[in-house]
Amino acid sequence: MADAVNAQSVSPLGGASFEGFAKVREIGPLGMISLRAKRDVPGLEGAFASLGLALPEQRRITGTTAKGAGWMSPDEYLILVPYAEVSGALANLAQALKGSHHLAVDVSDARAVFRIEGEKAGQVVAKLGPIDVASLAPNELRRSRAAQVAAAVWAEEGGFTLVCFRSVAAYVMGLLTASAAPGAELA
Amino acid sequence: MLILECPYCGVKAEETELSPGGEAHLKRFGPGSTDEEFEAYMFARKNPKGVHFERWRHAYGCGKWFLAARCTATLEVFGTYPAQVSAPPQALQDKIKAKRPDWKGFQ
Amino acid sequence: MSTRLSKGGRLLDRSKALDFVFNGKRLKGYQGDTLASALLGNDQMLLGRSFKYHRPRGLVASGAEEPNALVHLGQGGRFEPNQRTTTTELYAGAELSSQNHWPSLEFDVGAVNNAFARFLVGGFYYKTFIHPRFAWKHVFEPVIRQSAGLGKAPKEADADHYEQAYDFCDVLIAGGGIAGLQAALVAGQAGKRVILLEQTPYWGGRAPVDGDVIDGRPAADWIAATVADLAKMPNVTLKTRCMAAGVYDHGYILAEERVADHTPGDGRPKKRLWRIRATRIVAATGALERPLSFAGNDIPGVMLASAVRDYVVNWAVSPGDRTVVVTNNDDAYRTAIALKEAGLAVPVILDARASANGPLPTKARAMGIRVEAGKAIAKVKGGKRVTGVAICLQAGEGAVLEEIACDAVAMSGGWSPVVHLWSHCGGKLLWDEAQAMFRPDATKPPTSHDGQALVYAVGAANGHLQATAILPDAAQGAAAAAGVTPSGVAAQAAPSDEAPLEPVWTMPQGAPIQLRSKMWLDYQNDVKVSDVQLAAREGYESVEHTKRYTTLGMATDQGKLSNINGLAVLAQSLNTDIPNVGTTTFRPPYTPVTLGALAGESRGEIFQPLRKTPINDWHLKHNAYMEPVGLWRRAYCYPKGGETHSQAVDREILAVRSGVGLLDASTLGKLIVKGPDAGRFLDMLYTNVMSNLGIGKCRYGLMCTEAGFLTDDGVVIRLDEDTWLCHTTTGGAERIHAHMEDWLQCEWWDWQVYTANVTEQYAQIAVAGPKARKVLEKLGGMDVSAETMPFMTFKEGTLAGLPVRVHRISFSGELSYEIAVPAGHGLALWEALMEAGQEHGIVAYGTEAMHVMRAEKGFIMMGDETDGTVIPQDLNLGWAISKKKADYLGKRGQERTYLASPDRWKLAGFETLDGSVIPDGAYILAPGVNANGQGNVQGRVTSTYYSPTLKKGIAMGLIKGGLSRMGDVVEFSAITGQPIKAKVVDPVFYDKEGEKQNG
Repeated sequence: MADAVNAQSVSPLGGASFEGFAKVREIGPLGMISLRAKRDVPGLEGAFASLGLALPEQRRITGTTAKGAGWMSPDEYLILVPYAEVSGALANLAQALKGSHHLAVDVSDARAVFRIEGEKAGQVVAKLGPIDVASLAPNELRRSRAAQVAAAVWAEEGGFTLVCFRSVAAYVMGLLTASAAPGAELA
Repeated sequence: MLILECPYCGVKAEETELSPGGEAHLKRFGPGSTDEEFEAYMFARKNPKGVHFERWRHAYGCGKWFLAARCTATLEVFGTYPAQVSAPPQALQDKIKAKRPDWKGFQ
Repeated sequence: MSTRLSKGGRLLDRSKALDFVFNGKRLKGYQGDTLASALLGNDQMLLGRSFKYHRPRGLVASGAEEPNALVHLGQGGRFEPNQRTTTTELYAGAELSSQNHWPSLEFDVGAVNNAFARFLVGGFYYKTFIHPRFAWKHVFEPVIRQSAGLGKAPKEADADHYEQAYDFCDVLIAGGGIAGLQAALVAGQAGKRVILLEQTPYWGGRAPVDGDVIDGRPAADWIAATVADLAKMPNVTLKTRCMAAGVYDHGYILAEERVADHTPGDGRPKKRLWRIRATRIVAATGALERPLSFAGNDIPGVMLASAVRDYVVNWAVSPGDRTVVVTNNDDAYRTAIALKEAGLAVPVILDARASANGPLPTKARAMGIRVEAGKAIAKVKGGKRVTGVAICLQAGEGAVLEEIACDAVAMSGGWSPVVHLWSHCGGKLLWDEAQAMFRPDATKPPTSHDGQALVYAVGAANGHLQATAILPDAAQGAAAAAGVTPSGVAAQAAPSDEAPLEPVWTMPQGAPIQLRSKMWLDYQNDVKVSDVQLAAREGYESVEHTKRYTTLGMATDQGKLSNINGLAVLAQSLNTDIPNVGTTTFRPPYTPVTLGALAGESRGEIFQPLRKTPINDWHLKHNAYMEPVGLWRRAYCYPKGGETHSQAVDREILAVRSGVGLLDASTLGKLIVKGPDAGRFLDMLYTNVMSNLGIGKCRYGLMCTEAGFLTDDGVVIRLDEDTWLCHTTTGGAERIHAHMEDWLQCEWWDWQVYTANVTEQYAQIAVAGPKARKVLEKLGGMDVSAETMPFMTFKEGTLAGLPVRVHRISFSGELSYEIAVPAGHGLALWEALMEAGQEHGIVAYGTEAMHVMRAEKGFIMMGDETDGTVIPQDLNLGWAISKKKADYLGKRGQERTYLASPDRWKLAGFETLDGSVIPDGAYILAPGVNANGQGNVQGRVTSTYYSPTLKKGIAMGLIKGGLSRMGDVVEFSAITGQPIKAKVVDPVFYDKEGEKQNG
């Protein structure tokens, strides 16, 4: 699709935030690309390199939330770039992977992204689903559920980043708000 | 509540992160098959007390289907493996046989 | 009387007095009290009435096993019935009231049942209510409803909030007594990740009360030092007020933490449900003392000996001034000694054993306590309170030797290990003859995913009742659970010799029926020794049957006190051994878990995820009535002024048919399918051919299950040489995506195809109506003329400066454009369209208008025309089934003879003769009756609406013969009144030639 002319894309909750024993805020919109390709297709390393990204290993994320790449499955990656750079990045990928079986698609608007910050941010994550926060490796991207919906979580600088589907953004914000409520610390 | 290790992403997923898909290693019968073949493929399912092979999808995770060998009586999990095979890996069959000498083997 | 002693009480903080109210009376307790100890300290022994006979009931125990002392606690939004006073902590201002009595605790009308007790024997319900049938509904049930039930249901919504949390560990230890602490020390020192849970607010369990000496120190000192050591270990998590309620497969534990139960209204969650995954579990859950079965053992003032000791030592409460101790073991002597040391009188210790000469009896005698060996209680005297006991020989039939005045009785029938957590996942038990107890059989543990033992029972839970044995057992069990060899030495307790107990199942041994019918086994459900014996005589040999026949162990305490005594009586009655009778099944939870905690955060706004489209807020601002479609919320209609929903729907339809309207279709599934084999794959998935679809074109397609039945439909578009986009129904997006991945991953894994679910990437807006093109043209940015964009094509471009994909497809039968726009621009595009359409009277229309318009047009709807038993051929959709394809999912299924039968019900349209609307779900009547005497049917309605366009009722339905019946008049069933006559017609009611949508 074409780029928008003079129009600002809005994030699902317009940057909602809450401050309890941890701080929760919706960020975005972020540029996100879902890339499906097998690890061994020609051009994959180059495709990531063309975006200034390193290819992530199993269950890892390279770079940052602002610009990074996450391993989603053996043939799926999540590429994070600034929202305005998505179509450029898609063009780069198409170029680098030309002739290789792959699928790269813009999913920036399909997602909601939250930051959970503060010393006790991990306790908020521990209330969401069966994620062992204590044994989450550095740069580990864990896909699981946040209560009743799918979510992906990773630790980053002062807290955690959580990605879920856009339609349930308000639900997830409600979960995070309840989980971070003052007095509801786990320890 | 079961835990099964997803062979694709290595997560020890719990049952709430998975969705079940019934018996594994079914052979598809399409047009041209006899009524008996189609009935067996579509409807006849094993329901053993003991060793069983099942399909599971890591639905709240990497989204991949994998297969699990499990004892339906004790819930012991003998192993999980990728779905792109028509029979359980031999090493896994050997392991099961060692643990369950009475097992008649994969059929 | 019961009273607060002036000294002592190791758990009390006497500097913090707490006022509370019981049945309107203002009373005083202390920080550290349970409700039970505070009540008892105020001489409140009578606390409630039993379930069946409404007999007066007082405290029996001091912990989770308490069957009687349940109260109403709190007011309004914090009112809770059935609060177990022995495990609920006292807080300032607590309001308690007794339950299960009317009109008052002291005088209860229901107690008349007691007078008729001999008619209300075990199995009474079964026998009485079977015949005559009418009597249950009209006679028994109303009376029983009036008198039954424990506690009142709360009337207000719960004012508190609850939550859940997840944790993981190598070793979970349930129980913070000395066994649990020792186990935690071993597992913690082994470097394992350990979670130690204790249900009460304090550590150490019974050891300080029993006066154990560990490593040369009083138990309390050892406990404090050990807790301090554990607290220093970063790999050990300690939680008090947290009960492991149940063990589930593969080491899953549910535990309930009472976070703010004792500090109501402080803003913290009242309770928290922990979902813990442990590799191994150590059950250090202790043991529970058993009552003795003697006549009148339910009279308030008769308590467990251990509980009497707890109240004296922990809370400085004397249950009575004069307490008779009755026992079959040495442990109860500790209670006599504790009472004596507290300055209270113990008139006699009745020991059912022939002799009692161990260190504890010797010590008791030395303190001047009278000990009578071989003696028993013939009966307890008193009504609402014990006034004395009649003594007899244990070996005899109850001839009274002597009566002794007392106001409390402390009884001990031995101990039963708490094996619940061992048993929840199938751990087996063995009968320990010497100790007269079921204890875990270490050779048959519950197993985990690796086939190895999941639970290790240690200490008293493993049948070791002495501290000397408990500590090494705990160390050993914990080492095994941690997978290490035991290193270092376990703490050592000073030995304390105890003579073996002698099992006593009825007291006296030869008690006649008059006495046996006053020996309570289950206090809460009023099951007596005589009831179990009756059940045995009537042929209930299985313990599970006896349990249900007598209701033994089915009360809220789940038989913690009654089960072993009950099955021992059953075994005796059946003339067999206790292990032959076996136990009933132990099921989670160990004690009741609050429903609020199980619900956790799932309440109010976040009860379940509500999926919202990017245009959701606009709908709400414009008075939309939202309907659930799966988890989505969609606008059903937008009532204006005082419009009813149906008026709004009619207005919306007419506005679309004459002008233009907007529908938020964002919920439609959108799946991208790409790759060299994508066309081939779609040809397998859809019944028609998709591989030959031209780039830029749209095609409607049907998907079937492998069995042949319709499962989804939608428009497929081809984006480029190897990329298609499949639209699915709203409910189908995730399901069909999973279906695609299933076939790609598990059957055709060598095909080169990738899929992506991009449903939520786009907002999708249907612009429908004769003025639709004018509205788009006004927005500008791309050519949407009929020439460049004919029906069933799409184009990408910009509208109002926004990136869009515009499809010429129509579900309304009108000229229609469906516009996809990135979700973040969805609201902006909707508002731009609304503004541009103003001059044409544009309206927003909801899902109901959409439904009616598609029915006017004869379009099918998944879930209306289909129900999982309908194939495309039934819906006259043969044109969408490729005859050329050798295979597609469902093709072989559809070849089955009964699906190919000409007798199948097929789609047709219906119009009533009088223009009325056929009721939803109506059947088409056929002559005659079936084998069951029911009227025959020949079809049913699937979609039925009032059409504002045609100003009459229209319907689609399935009828035997389908369109070949055109012109026939048939009868539809009506719930009331005469059948409705309707004519079979073509299902396309509007614009059959398609001039409007193609225009």
